[in-house]
Amino acid sequence: MKRKWNWPLWFGFVVAVGGLFSYEFFAQFPTTRDFPWVTLLIFGVGAALLVIGLFRAFGRPQLYRGKIFGSVFTTIAFLLFAFFAYGTFYVLRQVPLSAQAPRVGEKAPEFSLPDQNGKLVALADLLSPNGAVLIFYRGHR
Amino acid sequence: MRSFQKRLSEFTARGVHLAAISVDSVEINHGHAQKMGFTFPLLSDADTSVIRRYDVLHRGAGPKNNDIARPAEFCVDANGTVQWVNLTENIAVRARPEQALSVIDSANGGRRD
Repeated sequence: MKRKWNWPLWFGFVVAVGGLFSYEFFAQFPTTRDFPWVTLLIFGVGAALLVIGLFRAFGRPQLYRGKIFGSVFTTIAFLLFAFFAYGTFYVLRQVPLSAQAPRVGEKAPEFSLPDQNGKLVALADLLSPNGAVLIFYRGHR
Repeated sequence: MRSFQKRLSEFTARGVHLAAISVDSVEINHGHAQKMGFTFPLLSDADTSVIRRYDVLHRGAGPKNNDIARPAEFCVDANGTVQWVNLTENIAVRARPEQALSVIDSANGGRRD
């Protein structure tokens, strides 16, 4: 007898891979980047489908396919998730202490730097009439 | 930074300038500002001298292990005194414009000027 297609394994794998790539999109928005809940939710759906598929493959192997490729899919999906979790919960938190950064009440260090048109802009130019917000960022190089 | 550009008029209305600082060159900043529609100054600190003066250097964190700035935001008043510092513990989590606006508003409300 030909065994049935174990679709949750395939769908779960595709969803998990999609979850990893979805972060590139969701990282654009603070609400889905500060804590990547949408990406984690997608991984969760993928994991649930893979578990259902594995239960079918191992529980009723005479009826469903997928013992071997289901295990391979699940392992790959788990590694992708581990990579994502390592990146977002460990690598992104490796930020220097900046213990000597100017504190509230201290004078902000003066500077003069070229803007995007090559014109020099000094901190003093930015302060009038009512102060400035300085945003340091990683850059695009 | 996109969120700050979106609310730039609210900073302008309060007489507050925005400026963003990174190690990117003037050329990269020029292209980036055009592409993203940034109208506030993107300042080029290629030799990291200002980034180091503010102690916001992230050593070796660039794509070729070069030194870059870590994300950090400072609100400075008209006298050059720091009013608010935001040093994130997660590179993905940045200050939002409403945080800076509320700092500016409470400082101005307190001074009544």
